[in-house]
Amino acid sequence: MNALFSLVAVVVLMLLALFGTYGAGLQYLFGVIIPYIAIVTFLVGFVLRVVRWARSPVPFRIPTTCGQQKSLPWIKHHELENPSNGFSAFLRMALEILFFRSLFRNTKADLKSGPKLVYGSNKWLWLGGLVFHWSLLVVFIRHFRFFTEPVPFGINLLEELDSFFQVGLPIIYITDILLLGALTYLVGRRLLDARLRYISLNADYFPLFLILGIGCTGAWMRYFAKVDIVGVKQLSLGLFNLHPVVPEGIGAFFYIHLFLVSVLIAYFPFSKLMHMGGIFLSPTRNLANNNRVKRHVNPWNPVVKIHTYEEYEDEFREVMKEAGMPLEKE
Amino acid sequence: MFDGWKIIVGLIIFITLATVPFWYDAAAGKGTDAPDIRIETKDVPGRDQCVMPAEYMRSDHMELLNEWRDQVVRGNQRVHVTADGRKYSRSLTNTCLDCHSNKDTFCDRCHDYMSVKPYCWECHLEPEVMK
Repeated sequence: MNALFSLVAVVVLMLLALFGTYGAGLQYLFGVIIPYIAIVTFLVGFVLRVVRWARSPVPFRIPTTCGQQKSLPWIKHHELENPSNGFSAFLRMALEILFFRSLFRNTKADLKSGPKLVYGSNKWLWLGGLVFHWSLLVVFIRHFRFFTEPVPFGINLLEELDSFFQVGLPIIYITDILLLGALTYLVGRRLLDARLRYISLNADYFPLFLILGIGCTGAWMRYFAKVDIVGVKQLSLGLFNLHPVVPEGIGAFFYIHLFLVSVLIAYFPFSKLMHMGGIFLSPTRNLANNNRVKRHVNPWNPVVKIHTYEEYEDEFREVMKEAGMPLEKE
Repeated sequence: MFDGWKIIVGLIIFITLATVPFWYDAAAGKGTDAPDIRIETKDVPGRDQCVMPAEYMRSDHMELLNEWRDQVVRGNQRVHVTADGRKYSRSLTNTCLDCHSNKDTFCDRCHDYMSVKPYCWECHLEPEVMK
């Protein structure tokens, strides 16, 4: 039901862009105003969300560890699983962000006849997630050929690598296939597994269908129903030059694509997609486990009034001297 | 904020990366002008129109060329018959480039603008070289 609702929502958004541009002629609204609103919403929303997270106190180190902590020299210490300093924590974070290291340990519980509960390794989610995220990044960077003029050398190189196999014309990008394939798996995973379906919400399906819609319209424009690509570049250059232009007759699919992207980035700060920023701020990941090495003082503890022995001695020096008590300072 | 400076540095890096197209385009200063495409063609006797309507060619020329290549190289079918019965030799160098001899303005301007690198010229000689 959640899945159907999200699918319908995405289809309605697509129809909205279609009728808005080629029915009502609101190309300027869908091509300029909405993208600008979306970009501002994304940037401001992202910063506010991160600042809100940053205001929560982290009084103590709470990293999740699954290796031996650094202690005595003859006990073998696992630097990555239980980082003892900032650099190790940085390495662990880098592996987490670039290669989803913790997801690699993903396991699956299955109830077999008997009844017997069986746990097993399950790498498919890790693989699907990794392929999806990396492909999306490459596809996004490739789009800089529309955003920039002249196009930087690195973008050309990436495109050439991505069209390495020279299949078809326009040459099929490897990442287009990987992206759509991985997305299909990620949607299918939620739909086909009854337990996953039970815990999946609109907030899970909607971004998936939205990105799937973006990917499909993008591929459709490149390989099948071509749009006026020079006009597309003019429009996007206009947006980034803060000098918006709306060339005529670009084609409806472009506006559908652009509107879905606008919705995606405007929705970003309010959704689970914020894991993009959140991964960096995870206290169970980004802290070194130095609880026993360093003293951590809770920052909101009330100030304790203390009276040191030096101060005590200063106060009662004369009396103590008379009574013949030993003094630190004469 | 706790660990404030680290988070602020991270946010600054993020905002900078997220707005790369804005400041790149401002620095490049190329504006939004479309490429200056010259589509005028040389007068070739007996040739007054293209193998396909201009609208189709504008968006789908690469598919036609790809089809032609496969049909010639793999099927030895060298004659293209248009919908209204005109016959053409399926050849980039001898048919297309006959009229569209101005590769640098006709082909390259758009391809450069869109950062498209057609691999036609890995085998075919460029028109200038032929002269």
